[in-house]
Amino acid sequence: MTFTLPTLPYAHDALEKAIDKTTMEIHHGRHHKAYVDNLNAAIQGRSEFDGQSIEAILAKAATLPDDIRQKVINNGGGHANHTLFWETMSPNGGGDPSGVLADAITSTFGDLATLKQKVKEAALARFGSGWSWVVVSGGKLEILSTANQDSPLMHGKTPILGVDVWEHAYYLRYQNKRADYVDAFWHVINWSDVAARFQKAGH
Amino acid sequence: MRTPDRRDALRVALAGGAAMLLPKAVVAQEAAFSLPKLPYSFDALEPHIDAKTMEIHWGRHHKAYVDNLNKALAGKGEWEKKTIEEILKSIADVPAPVRQAVINNGGGHHNHSLFWASMGPKAGGEPTGPLAKAIDAAFESFAKFQAKLTAAGMTRFGSGWAWLVSDDKGKLDVISTANQDSPLMMTPVLTPLLGVDVWEHAYYLKYQNKRADYLAAWFKTVDWKVVAERHAKAGK
Ligand SMILES: [Fe+2]
Ligand SMILES: [Fe+2]
Repeated sequence: MTFTLPTLPYAHDALEKAIDKTTMEIHHGRHHKAYVDNLNAAIQGRSEFDGQSIEAILAKAATLPDDIRQKVINNGGGHANHTLFWETMSPNGGGDPSGVLADAITSTFGDLATLKQKVKEAALARFGSGWSWVVVSGGKLEILSTANQDSPLMHGKTPILGVDVWEHAYYLRYQNKRADYVDAFWHVINWSDVAARFQKAGH
Repeated sequence: MRTPDRRDALRVALAGGAAMLLPKAVVAQEAAFSLPKLPYSFDALEPHIDAKTMEIHWGRHHKAYVDNLNKALAGKGEWEKKTIEEILKSIADVPAPVRQAVINNGGGHHNHSLFWASMGPKAGGEPTGPLAKAIDAAFESFAKFQAKLTAAGMTRFGSGWAWLVSDDKGKLDVISTANQDSPLMMTPVLTPLLGVDVWEHAYYLKYQNKRADYLAAWFKTVDWKVVAERHAKAGK
């Protein structure tokens, strides 16, 4: 089986209030595409992956064959992480979450501002390339960061929101100012998609 | 090669007896490490590396490593007096609460200092003399060395560096390190002779995702005289 690059659910320039069009074109069309291509190359001819979702494969990353494990972690992680990233942003995003997700944020972090602050701290503390995440773990919300394209799924945690802090995600517009990029990200956050992931994660 | 920083200026002053004239409070407030001056203008490496990248890479990224290194070591008297090479070589002895900050920012400071000094506007080509011989001995040919260093840069997933290093006998190898990890932190210590920054910030404005194009262009900026001097010192 082969994995395919998902089409973006909006135009390249749809997220301009946070992310510029050129960055979206290159990020989706070249970086994400390379992860998909390299993932397919890594698992080519191995029927044991037939019919498996990338999430299922990442969840058992530790047991993958030695010769392809790191390639699947890097490129399978890259594929899953970016797919989530695109879906959890929207030109009509921003604002506040509602419903059970909002309740869970309040009970776990006190308020939304604290969650945003912690996501930002995790993003800024990630030295080098990686992601800052909101995950569901044991039914509870947590914030963590991972290096490179490591997925929280590898640690039994379900990501519901992720901010890509590889420099390629923001360098053309923000250069070294990662903090400004993370602040802007909240203008395009698609809370209804995050809430749907939270429901599915079985909090 | 060691980039002179503020402490060297103070040491020179001390040696000349002029330190007596410096108010102690001023000396105490001097940061232990400082951003070295670029040995050429921002646009000197065009078209291989663009002026804007140089300006941001040196003036913001490298500066942040220096500032954060100073913060990490502030008030740690004996560590502030060491050279950055000495610190990185004895990284395991750096106090645990600040060790990772020193690895990241001390590594960042030293790696970038080496990086600027080993590039130049009228550079590129191939090395000559003992370094050329050592490269042939280790890699068969300059072309094979170039391919190996390029491959090390290309296969570093995420942020890091690709290096030409020497052991204490002058034997060469190519390695890559993650993030700002320095070859000096390795056991046994490896001496970096030439490094190429493959963090995306090093090339994204001009090359975007095309790291291979950046690496090919970067070779045209290498000042082999500087690398040969480092090699001569490392093999002693
Ligand atoms: Fe990315
Ligand atoms: Fe750099």
